[in-house]
Amino acid sequence: MGDADLANLSDKLMLTTVVLYIIALFAYAADLGFGRRRSAALVAEKAEAKVLVGAGAAAPTPAEGAAEEAAAPGRPDGGRRQADWARLGVVLNLLGWAAHLGMLVTRGLSADRWPWANMYEFLAAIAFAAVTAFLVVMWRYQARFLGAFVMVAAVVALGIDNLWLYDSVGPVSPALNSYWIAIHVTAAITATGAFTVAGAATILYLVKSRAQERGGVAEGGVLARIPAVEALDRLCLRVTMFAFPIWTAAIIMGAIWADEAWGRYWGWDPKETWSFVIWIGYAAYLHARSTAGWKGRKAAILSLIAFAALLFNFFGVNYMFSGLHSYA
Amino acid sequence: MGETTDEITDEAIAAAEGAEAAEGEAGTRAPTARQAPGEVPRPTGIGPLGWLRWGWRQLTTMRTALILLFLVALGAVPSSIFPQRDQAPEKVAKYVEDHKTLAPWLDRFSLFDVFSAPWFAAIYILLFVSLAGCVVPRAVKHYRSMRARPPAAPRNLGRLPQSASYETDDAPEDVLAEARRVLRGRRFRVDVSGGAASAEKGYLGETGNLLFHLALLALLFALGLGNLFGYRGNILLTEGKSFANSLSQYDDFKPGRAFGGDDLSPFSITLDDFTATYETKGDKRGQATDFHAKIRYRNSPGAKEKSWDLRLNHPLKVGGAKLYLLGHGYAPVFTVRDGKGNIAFQDAVPFLPMEPRNLTSEGVIKAPDAEPEQLAFYAILWPTAMASEDRKQIVSAFPGPIRPVVTISSFKGDIGLDSGTPQSVYKLEGVGKTLQPVKDGQKLLEPGESFKLPGNAGTITFDGLREYTTMSVNRDPGRLPALVAAVLAVLGVATSFMVRRRRVWVRASAGKGGRTVVEVGGLTLGNPTSEFDDIVTALRGPGHEAPEAEPAPENEPQNEPETAETEAEAGPAGHDPDTEPKE
Repeated sequence: MGDADLANLSDKLMLTTVVLYIIALFAYAADLGFGRRRSAALVAEKAEAKVLVGAGAAAPTPAEGAAEEAAAPGRPDGGRRQADWARLGVVLNLLGWAAHLGMLVTRGLSADRWPWANMYEFLAAIAFAAVTAFLVVMWRYQARFLGAFVMVAAVVALGIDNLWLYDSVGPVSPALNSYWIAIHVTAAITATGAFTVAGAATILYLVKSRAQERGGVAEGGVLARIPAVEALDRLCLRVTMFAFPIWTAAIIMGAIWADEAWGRYWGWDPKETWSFVIWIGYAAYLHARSTAGWKGRKAAILSLIAFAALLFNFFGVNYMFSGLHSYA
Repeated sequence: MGETTDEITDEAIAAAEGAEAAEGEAGTRAPTARQAPGEVPRPTGIGPLGWLRWGWRQLTTMRTALILLFLVALGAVPSSIFPQRDQAPEKVAKYVEDHKTLAPWLDRFSLFDVFSAPWFAAIYILLFVSLAGCVVPRAVKHYRSMRARPPAAPRNLGRLPQSASYETDDAPEDVLAEARRVLRGRRFRVDVSGGAASAEKGYLGETGNLLFHLALLALLFALGLGNLFGYRGNILLTEGKSFANSLSQYDDFKPGRAFGGDDLSPFSITLDDFTATYETKGDKRGQATDFHAKIRYRNSPGAKEKSWDLRLNHPLKVGGAKLYLLGHGYAPVFTVRDGKGNIAFQDAVPFLPMEPRNLTSEGVIKAPDAEPEQLAFYAILWPTAMASEDRKQIVSAFPGPIRPVVTISSFKGDIGLDSGTPQSVYKLEGVGKTLQPVKDGQKLLEPGESFKLPGNAGTITFDGLREYTTMSVNRDPGRLPALVAAVLAVLGVATSFMVRRRRVWVRASAGKGGRTVVEVGGLTLGNPTSEFDDIVTALRGPGHEAPEAEPAPENEPQNEPETAETEAEAGPAGHDPDTEPKE
């Protein structure tokens, strides 16, 4: 296949990804809205745990694990039909993920370089990292409830990417032609993806804890179907603890690269400044959570501030300020 | 900055955090070292010294450090919003021009020089002191607690998050000796006294945490080191020309505060050839794909000459400094003969790009030696000249020099160089006043062509095209220390995330019928791990399974809380029950 064909395929896979994610989004939302009630019984929960252990041994895909879990014994008849939403969401999500991966790979092959050398590719890769992080979290911590929210983020990101940031395949600019792009940018993408999942959990946490304060969560509502606030809080912490060292590494690798490319390892370029702000935000969050014993609302708000800075670092810094990181 | 994070109990975290646990009963006391400022007793009538101590304690609290860290972040934000003098002085000048009322106020708050502003310095110096004041005593405490005996066993081991109990025929002393052996084998620090063995391990977590904070301090030091003793400068070098490292050769030079001018190492470089490669087809036509500068260099005047391929991301280390390729442009070569036929000027003249895409460039040629009148020219270069779509103008269609063309506008009179006032080499001054345009003095030239000025004022020849590069030279003695500090910081924070302090106690006492009752208790910062079960299995010796799902009750009667505890433990290994969605 020629480069042009690959580029064409990449563009088509991008659209496929978006379509699959949109359907997955609706399926997840339907699952949240009318799916099996998790609070139904402790029995179901234990069954879930067992299924998960079994799933680990037999090594099926998360889709199967989740689907099995959804169809767990206890409510064989009624649960069966309703659980299909969850199964549909997960399957479509995985298909979309595969298309997304294919989109990035074909893009990289057609340009013969790492597929994150311009903003279009960068955002696509971040969305991919976020979906990947979600799939991992869903598999390890049964966080399927995040699906709808992560899908919204992914669809919005890919939508923006296609509508405003699209760029045809081209050679890498000489400034980016370094093995550091494989290290620094990959780390930044991975961390950003994971932070996005943590951000989704944090927002849910704040919404749910607020609702609880205002007189409880309605039985059977969407909020009742997402886990307890403590679990959300912990999920956010775990994912942040995973992403934070990667983000730190991304900054340090960036500094080393900056020293190679621009002759200084730190120059308060807008991107550098905001990466530092984000780092401080998440550092403060982790610190507050672990040392000062801030749990709950206050810590969540810190994490949300850091996440807002992360979003700004992408959209604001790249499009509002001119700096050395302008590759738009 | 993050310490071990966990779910167990705040008190337990706090206990280790304050390194108080060694004295506390099984590490369940509240910390005193890290209290919130509000809880620090306010001094009343204790005199200035008391106030100082109080202030110091406030400054070194974690909360203050966090707030200061936030302020650093917040303070850095304006630097991305407003142009900065040390990065783009011309943008600052334009901003000041455009915002007549706002700009002086911004300037008053140093918002154009954020990182050298007094308030920014105040924040980071306070942060520095706060960090130091908090980390150093903590390091001392940690050192002591590492050397102190592991805390004595609490009375009721069954109350601990992890516990087990069994009976054996071995004598209590043998059990404890075995416990010591097993725990030592697992690299616990063990202390046996009063019929119980206490063991502790995982100091690396706190060590990593301290390392992280100390590395941050070192990083700040390294930054300062570079700012004080380093230098950076920019040079412009045309193909075929040389540069020797001395102040006069720099276009722009920024020394560190403690940098002496004679500290420049005497290296020299020569640019032989510069090549820019561009995409020639497709919709990315004209996009640069590669820049190569072939240079030769000597570390010192007498040293052997070596060659280097200077590229972006491929700097040259020379004489303790580093040389970077920054940019490039065209330097057309001109020969100017004056009215008498003598050569008044002959050189390559660097032109500045007017647009980045196809490198249409402009520049001036000054021939002050021309007689009878001085000559000057303003020229525009199109690397690949083409007629514009409306066929009225010339445009450049490609950044590479496929069909270079220059247009010349001629001037004569006084260039103004004799007055001694410095002038830009890219601009003509006094046009219309001291310098008059030559009538019909415009001409389009291709390489090799000459233009005879009207009125026999002289001739200008466009000899050919060369390229120039802009390069940056810098020396930063803080570079390596900063890297080391950063790597240590990452190692530290990763260690503090991964290694948790954990304690195990084993108590053996004589029970009914000559048997020995062994109680084992474990306390882990963070989620209980399977390590405890492994230890219990090892203690019981072969033939006994670890008390897993349904443990103690079958073997021997237990008191109620104990059973409850062990049942709570009985999650599937490797799966964390905490994250189960539950309501």
